[in-house]
Amino acid sequence: MMAETIPKIRIMKGAEPDLSAATYQIHDESHTIGNALRWMLMKNPKVEFCGYSAPHPSENHIQVRIQMYDKLSSLTALLTALTDLDSLCETVENAYDISLRKDKYEKWEEKS
Amino acid sequence: MPFKASQSLHDPRRHVGVHAEHISNVSSTDYPGHYPDEDHSWDLVKFTKDLQVKVQRLSNRSIEFDLVGVDASIANGFRRILIAEVPTVCIEHVYVFNNTSVMVDEVLAHRLGLVPLNVDPALVDMKDAVTDQATDRNTLVFRLAVACTRNKLAPNISTTNPEELYTNSEVLSSHLQWDPQGEQAVVYADNPPAPTNPNIVLVKLRPGQEVEMEMHAVKGVGKDHAKFSPVATASYRILPLIILNPEKPVPAHLATKFQECFAPGVIRVDPRTKRVSVDEKNMRKDTVSREVLRHPEFEGCVELKRVRDFFLFNIESESFYPPERLFPEAIKVMRGKIATIRKAAEALLADSDALDGEVEGGAVAETRIPREAGGEGDVIMTEA
Repeated sequence: MMAETIPKIRIMKGAEPDLSAATYQIHDESHTIGNALRWMLMKNPKVEFCGYSAPHPSENHIQVRIQMYDKLSSLTALLTALTDLDSLCETVENAYDISLRKDKYEKWEEKS
Repeated sequence: MPFKASQSLHDPRRHVGVHAEHISNVSSTDYPGHYPDEDHSWDLVKFTKDLQVKVQRLSNRSIEFDLVGVDASIANGFRRILIAEVPTVCIEHVYVFNNTSVMVDEVLAHRLGLVPLNVDPALVDMKDAVTDQATDRNTLVFRLAVACTRNKLAPNISTTNPEELYTNSEVLSSHLQWDPQGEQAVVYADNPPAPTNPNIVLVKLRPGQEVEMEMHAVKGVGKDHAKFSPVATASYRILPLIILNPEKPVPAHLATKFQECFAPGVIRVDPRTKRVSVDEKNMRKDTVSREVLRHPEFEGCVELKRVRDFFLFNIESESFYPPERLFPEAIKVMRGKIATIRKAAEALLADSDALDGEVEGGAVAETRIPREAGGEGDVIMTEA
């Protein structure tokens, strides 16, 4: 099957050999992950530049460009950002859960 | 406001300016390097402290809650996932044995697909490919067999009401009969699969017309087809902020006019002194129509703003999920996506580390994808 041969992440041609600057192509993802990941990468002070694009609507992938200061690895920064994004999600989930259980809020009946 | 951040609601860095013909300060600036001598790097402890999630209203069909302290990219990610990537179960294949109604098979099949079902998506496996075999784990079978006949017992001959004249003059969603396969009779014993709403008219029939079909429902996501979307709407607004200028109060004789420039309940007018004030609790109800900026007499009296990181979510469920469960499901999907990417990135890192030693000059490895092959010195990467 064609679908099985497409890697989830691919490093695009032209990356620095030490990966201090690289463009990652993430398959089957969109602005949803692209923008959130970009934001989290930009929160990293060691990231010189980060941007993402969805090159074409009929191509099912996004590209994330990461450039690092001090010749650091962009791949490590990507992994850190993913971990941080996950902990962000966990925090939001917990806060929502607590509010739903403990807060006082209006409950009403809506006709369907 | 019942929020801890109520003090900082007036922090100008959080404000998006709303002016007569433009908006200002749209982008967030909380990045490292933006402000000299300020950090702004990711800090989970600070984020946890500043984050506020507060449910405001909950009904059997919808939920309203505030999400405060996250960037628009995160809030929008959740909104997008709610609409397009939280899976549900819907009718996907329709096998028509007989259809003598006035509606053609394709249109009726499309209508059947749009009927929301009360099936817990957690109990159904996603079919990986269209060619996947249908099993009792990934497919639910429904049957529909309705024929319209004349009602010989119609009490009133002169009536024109089809409900009285005929039986089965309408095919309703309640006519869908679930046909359990394999282990399904046990798995779904507590909550037999059926449409969430029994009163959806699928097609109208007249005597002699009938429909007979078998339907297969599968699990899918909204980005594949809108019928799989678990929500009717999932949207957010950004908190409106109305700041009255103490230097230039609204003239007493214009107080009512000023009040009417905003949504009802947003502006209070003191009945005695005619002094205007903003109802902090109702401020969120404002539509930010900017009507007040059209009147020269109010120039300088008021500033319109929005709080950039204050999201007022509204989610309406239209599926199996109770409204309060949708947002956690969206977060679950988001975390699943992150985990998948993480795994792939870790594999990439392991491969580049392993091959770093072998390849001269520290070139990073990659499996050759024929289309990309060639070109000297190109960096070659490994798939996950």
